[in-house]
Amino acid sequence: MLEVTDLNARYGRAQILNGVSLSLGENEVVALLGRNGAGKSTTIKSIMGLVQQTEGHVTYDGQEILGKPSHVICRTGLGYVPEDRRVFGDLTVEENLEVGRRAPRPDAPEWTLDHLYELFPNLRERRRNLGKQLSGGEQQMLSIARTLMGNPKLVLLDEPSEGIAPVIVEQMAQVIAELKREGLSVLLSEQNLHFARAVSDRAYIIEKGAMRYEGSFADLDAKPEVSNAYLAV
Amino acid sequence: MGFYFAQLLTGLANASSLFLIASGLSIIFGVTRIVNFAHGSFYMVGAYLTYTLVTMWSGSVLGFWGGVILAAAAVGLLGLVIELTILRRIYKAPELFQLVATFGVVLIVQDVTLAIWGAEDLLGPRAPGLDRAVRIMGEPIPEYDLALIAIGPAVLLAIWLLFHRTRWGVLVRAATQDREMVGALGVNQAWLFSAAFVLGAFLAGLGGALQIPREAVSLQMDLSIIGEAFVVVVIGGMGSVSGAFVAAVLISVLNAFAILVFPQISIVLPFVVMAVVLIVRPYGLFGKPGSEHGAPEEPDQPLTLMSQRSAMVLATAVALLALSPAVAADFTMILLVDVMVATLFAVSLHFMMGIGGMVSFGHAAYFGVGAYGAAMAVKFFDFGMLPAMVFGPVCAATAAIFFGWFCVRLSGVYLAMLTLAAAQILWGVTFQWQDFTGGDDGILGVWPAKWASSDQVYFYVAFVLCIGGIWFLRRAAHSPFGYTLRGIRDSQTRAEAIGINTNLHQWMGFALAGGFAGLAGVVFAFSKGSVFPDSLGIAQSIDGLIMVLLGGIHALAGPIFGAVAFVMIEDWVTRLDYWRFIFGAIILIVVLLAPDGIAGGVRRLLRAVKGGAA
Repeated sequence: MLEVTDLNARYGRAQILNGVSLSLGENEVVALLGRNGAGKSTTIKSIMGLVQQTEGHVTYDGQEILGKPSHVICRTGLGYVPEDRRVFGDLTVEENLEVGRRAPRPDAPEWTLDHLYELFPNLRERRRNLGKQLSGGEQQMLSIARTLMGNPKLVLLDEPSEGIAPVIVEQMAQVIAELKREGLSVLLSEQNLHFARAVSDRAYIIEKGAMRYEGSFADLDAKPEVSNAYLAV
Repeated sequence: MGFYFAQLLTGLANASSLFLIASGLSIIFGVTRIVNFAHGSFYMVGAYLTYTLVTMWSGSVLGFWGGVILAAAAVGLLGLVIELTILRRIYKAPELFQLVATFGVVLIVQDVTLAIWGAEDLLGPRAPGLDRAVRIMGEPIPEYDLALIAIGPAVLLAIWLLFHRTRWGVLVRAATQDREMVGALGVNQAWLFSAAFVLGAFLAGLGGALQIPREAVSLQMDLSIIGEAFVVVVIGGMGSVSGAFVAAVLISVLNAFAILVFPQISIVLPFVVMAVVLIVRPYGLFGKPGSEHGAPEEPDQPLTLMSQRSAMVLATAVALLALSPAVAADFTMILLVDVMVATLFAVSLHFMMGIGGMVSFGHAAYFGVGAYGAAMAVKFFDFGMLPAMVFGPVCAATAAIFFGWFCVRLSGVYLAMLTLAAAQILWGVTFQWQDFTGGDDGILGVWPAKWASSDQVYFYVAFVLCIGGIWFLRRAAHSPFGYTLRGIRDSQTRAEAIGINTNLHQWMGFALAGGFAGLAGVVFAFSKGSVFPDSLGIAQSIDGLIMVLLGGIHALAGPIFGAVAFVMIEDWVTRLDYWRFIFGAIILIVVLLAPDGIAGGVRRLLRAVKGGAA
């Protein structure tokens, strides 16, 4: 349902992505692995229309979305959870969720406040608190919940395990499993191979703005030289 | 006691209309990041429209308040038109470029208002039912003032409810923090911007409408209120409506009492308060440092040394300029001196903004201090022309060192506002201190020395000083000091991390830019033979901004293009009727056609021509 072909992206004169291609099927969870600065976030941001200078093709359900403004891309059914969470610090938890709220779409599950509070019990307790008063893990949950309020069909999840406590990482894995159960597709960018393996169906590895590997985790485990070359720190 | 209480009530009544205009300005800035100079025009149009409506429906209570609301709504509509036709096209332009567009709107609105309502001040009727005074503690208080005191908090409450109880309000608050993220969550920012602009314009129009019973409607209302409105927004914190309320009350009440002690203070008091607040709280009382995600900025391209060909073109232009006295008439000489003065002024401002990354809304301060320094040296110390020409820039640099010390501690729009405060304080002092500066009458008789008194010789004096100054600033931009400044501009934290004292370097850059603006001021003073407070005024600062931004801030040649075009166009249009309208329209056309400035536009044109040829 999501098809990225020969994607180039640049910031000013610096070329960040060099012919990236990837695809994502219906109800699939796919991990985009790579080191810091490899181009994971730029790939996701380019898909979401947040990078000014891009070339190539990104199609969603057969429609070209590259070059469209991000609010249009969001309305076609893509949800974006940014790497640095970008919670609205001066808005309460509930107001943050309100910003994300969009009308339900026929082809995707509908999320209600109650359903989200079940998935993220902490948020219910803190619904009157300001975004900036939450812990890092709570902000990460809020950021995901806020995106789900838009009833997306496909979620772009940028490094959800970054900088949060191990207990919460585990909770995050359960959330991704729940999204899959609900019928969503997830493109997950990750540095944490262990976490990615636990939640994803297959993987891509990106390095220096180009795809280096595509396949299952079993194949990846059989080729330690690949993960050594592109993932080991 | 009663007298002081009455004074307090007057202050509070003044605070209400100041709050209305400032809150609109703050909302517009918070959501769109546009510094809207046209906000004073909205205020003025609101007042004029109300005058017409209320006079038409005179006498009835419903007619008065209906007129007020209708006029404010019409101003909101005007805001929508401006947003849709002009601003929406240039949101992607470099930061502050929109400011130039809003100034074009100011000029156009001034002349349209003049054409419709005429040049004379208009005195509106009093509000029916509120046209008397009540006695409070023995003092007469106008009933209308009491109504205003109630209206301010009522509007604050209404805005608060709008922002906290409606989805639209929540989106506006979210966009104030992180516009890009709001877009990624599916919200069409364009409509959010339009709506914020309409609300802001409506509030400004309401502020103007409510002034009808209190003061005469005049064509000076726009620029006289805008400075104070900026101050209120900055003190309160850009984007904070409750901050604007507190700041409006603070300024107005302080003013009501300060004029009892020192009547002349009212011109500078708001700016002094703002300077003090910004030094203590750099983001205003209720403000926060801007979000990193406000506007994704293109990284600045490195400046490249000129190609041999463009160096030759430039050398030819300078050589032609040097030879021009042989062929040109005397009035052309005078115009060319004006061009060179403006160019040096613009280049010095560009050095501060484009190279140093410090936006100044008050660069005229140093131009004016240079001019006054030289003029006073001639008048009081009997200096000759040459020593005075040294003394002026030294004064300007000293002033820049003094104010720069405060300014470089801030960044972005707050820094810009503090430079505006510095300029307004200096302007206020110059304007008020009759015995020393001549006040409004200025200082006359600042003529060049006998040997330089012919237009031709003075042309060469100006040529040497201005072209020399421009050359020096260009060299400085390409020197290690220039690299350091550009490094700080692009990333203050990274520059600090490699051991650069960023404040010190910016301070030196500020002083250097101020000194050369002063040199431009000196050349100007001797060419006109006099100086007036205008040379430090807000209009002179804006002229400089237009030259730099219109020329193109990302190129060293930008301010040169900008200044030459500006002076030439100004010289031509000011001879026409309704020249403000024409000038404003020209500004808007350039803004819409070349969002990267004249230099960027020329570069694109050359590329297109070359591409077509190849």
